[in-house]
Amino acid sequence: MAKTRSSNALLQGAAIVLAVLLTTLVLLAAKAPPFAAYANIVLGAVGSWDVAANVLVSWVPLLLVTAGLLITFTAGLWNIGIEGQITLGAIFTTWMLRGLQASGLDPSLIISMSILAGMAGGALWALLAGALKTFGGVNEIFGGLGLNFVASALNLWLIFGPWKRPGVASMSGTVPFAPSLWLPTLTEQSRLSPSALVIALLAIVLVYLLLKGTYFGLRLKAVGKNPNSAYLLGVPTWQHMMISFALCGIFAGLAGAVQVTSVYHRLIPSISSGYGYLGLMVAMLAGFNAAVAAPVALFFAALNVGSIQLPIVLRQDSSLAGVLQGTLVLFVLLMQGVRERLAGKGLPQ
Amino acid sequence: MQIELRDIRKTFGSVRANAGISLLIPPASIQGILGENGAGKSTLMKILSGFILPDSGDIIMDGSRVVIHSPADAIRRGVGMLHQDPLDFPPLKILDDFILGRRGAVFPDRRKAAREFRQLAAQFDFDLDSEAYVDTLTVGERQQLEILRLLWFGAGVLILDEPTTGISQPQKEKLFATLRKLADQGMTIIFVSHKLEDVELLCSRVAVFRQGELVGSAEPPYETKSLVRMMFSRDLAFTGRTSVPPGGPILSLRGVSLEALRLQIRDVSFEARAGEVIGLAGMEGSGQSVLLSACAGLAQPVSGRVRLGENDVTGLSYHAFMKRGVAYLPAARLEQGLVAGLSLADHFILSEGVGGIFIDRGRAQDLASDRIRTYNIKGAPSHQVESLSGGNQQRMLLALLKESLSLILLEHPTRGLDIESTLYIWSKLRERCAQGAAIVFISADLDEVLQYSDRVLVFFSGRVSPPLPAEGLSVEKLGGLIGGKGWDVLASAAVAHG
Repeated sequence: MAKTRSSNALLQGAAIVLAVLLTTLVLLAAKAPPFAAYANIVLGAVGSWDVAANVLVSWVPLLLVTAGLLITFTAGLWNIGIEGQITLGAIFTTWMLRGLQASGLDPSLIISMSILAGMAGGALWALLAGALKTFGGVNEIFGGLGLNFVASALNLWLIFGPWKRPGVASMSGTVPFAPSLWLPTLTEQSRLSPSALVIALLAIVLVYLLLKGTYFGLRLKAVGKNPNSAYLLGVPTWQHMMISFALCGIFAGLAGAVQVTSVYHRLIPSISSGYGYLGLMVAMLAGFNAAVAAPVALFFAALNVGSIQLPIVLRQDSSLAGVLQGTLVLFVLLMQGVRERLAGKGLPQ
Repeated sequence: MQIELRDIRKTFGSVRANAGISLLIPPASIQGILGENGAGKSTLMKILSGFILPDSGDIIMDGSRVVIHSPADAIRRGVGMLHQDPLDFPPLKILDDFILGRRGAVFPDRRKAAREFRQLAAQFDFDLDSEAYVDTLTVGERQQLEILRLLWFGAGVLILDEPTTGISQPQKEKLFATLRKLADQGMTIIFVSHKLEDVELLCSRVAVFRQGELVGSAEPPYETKSLVRMMFSRDLAFTGRTSVPPGGPILSLRGVSLEALRLQIRDVSFEARAGEVIGLAGMEGSGQSVLLSACAGLAQPVSGRVRLGENDVTGLSYHAFMKRGVAYLPAARLEQGLVAGLSLADHFILSEGVGGIFIDRGRAQDLASDRIRTYNIKGAPSHQVESLSGGNQQRMLLALLKESLSLILLEHPTRGLDIESTLYIWSKLRERCAQGAAIVFISADLDEVLQYSDRVLVFFSGRVSPPLPAEGLSVEKLGGLIGGKGWDVLASAAVAHG
């Protein structure tokens, strides 16, 4: 046991070294000084209170979608449709805000209702993918992918059609909402909303408890690991899959709602910002463990924010963060494969 | 081609699948291979067709020793295997399927292939349209296509694994005529089957396998009785049957018809009464599993009624059956019964289905330890189920059974288990009978069927016998019925009884 533990740690370490090595090669190929680039990312992420706060702003939606994805992964489902679920969350939130902004209701009530609407929107979109799988026999990966395109088309249509800015529609999105309808932020300039941060942290703790200590979590795990056996043991299989889709959609919708109410204060074309796909990577890298997912998500958020400076300082594209994140996940998964090989499992036939 | 097998040995873990098999098959002959499930027939054929390598032993083809590394290697050497489920490509056109796997240039000469296909088909009087799609064919026609393909590839040895399952009588006759013709042309044919009648009708010699060994051979004229004895009989002390006098009906099937892949079961009626054990005997794939699934609500009958006690439960789901006290234990323990990756304790929590939100780990631990002790499972509550041995996994499945059950359905409850585990599991099942449960089980082991059942249903290619009292059955008679012999007597007896 001790031996496998240490060899596991060794393999994980090797994965990180290999990922950094490959990213360095990419930097060299782009004729950029690697050390300066890495130093820049670190400074860009923790160099000042402002950028550190931005890391937390980015952490919130990532944490929320990861929390949701942990539920679907536990049920053995690849919820690729998460991007669309974030988008629908944002659309529903905007819809509710637009509907109520002139109503004279208390702003905090309007904000709360909008966020709830966003959660409902995400859940609806996720249930659609679930229904396609359960009743239509469409694999959730294909269904989710299709629904992502539909969601983003719907989003663009709303921005350029019914909800367009007076005069001319633009890629910069809908008309911003009045500051009274913004989720309160730390300072006037900051985009960091303490309440959003608290919600995100609560979400991951909730999911941790759900999967670790409840009957529902155990049944979900059984469904994910072996639906046939789970069914014979008396677990209603497809119902649990649907519930896990709905829960994941709620968290994704919440992420979309937070982006609208506290970050952009309007609906923009790329409202999901790729957080859904990034969340899939976080969950995989964290080994589908909620406790590990929080720091991994923070690290990924830091990489994202840290690399924003790269184009300005080093004239390198900020997608370098994506290179590092992607290779990291690939190598960690590769090392898991190596480990299973070494353990004598999963040898090719 | 002449094939000689010398002292072939193959073990899987502790199972000796082939324990030193030697067999000489002369060219231009049809060699029958008889044996019950697990006798080692398939292993030997897999070795000959390159799917697995033997641990030791030699294969000699036409005088030279060969090592067959892969199925492709086998076909290069002229050994073609026709699998029970034809290895074809349903979405393809027949001609494409025919060409596939043939070595050659980048672009196949379709016109030439089509011409040769037609010539071959005509030679055996097969009516196949090379432009039709494979998925429009019947199983018999797919076999014909496979045979043509293997011949076109230059096969000199043809191995057929249970080829008469799922094909019609005229197709069977055509198949047999083809095989005789091929043998006359000098082809060596190996015919693997458990159907006595087919083997007796077709084969020029028969080898009988039992428990990994070649136990005998015969040439025509065959004596059915001695073949059956070779296939099944073994020395085993019978412990006396300790039947409980049966009570009221727990499960009753009335005129149930079922359809499964390549199998149709028509009009089955029987009752399982409280305290009674009913054994389902037959070769694998003869319909027992489908019928057992129907008793559990896992398969839906196309007609007929299923009743549990007084309630008509036709068409309800397994979970509805469960609520009425039915439990189903599948043969594939880790695939269908247990969840690999979850601990023993997790399984008990799942199966008990206690309410509330948070799991009471302390109580779960107690429950698990208690059951583990009662059922004598070698494992701890925190162990993952896949770490258990086969016997312990089976005990685990039994331990998961709820306290009060009225009907227990089991698929191969003791397959792969040692004597001690087998006896233990039956003692536990007997306790359930004494408490008033009915048991219906499938077993490939005739001794087990005869020893533990009160009544037996025999299956042969979807045909189901009426319940036969186990008292009046012998291994020979049961073995004959499983191999398709003696059904006419059964039918006339049933008529005589009214």
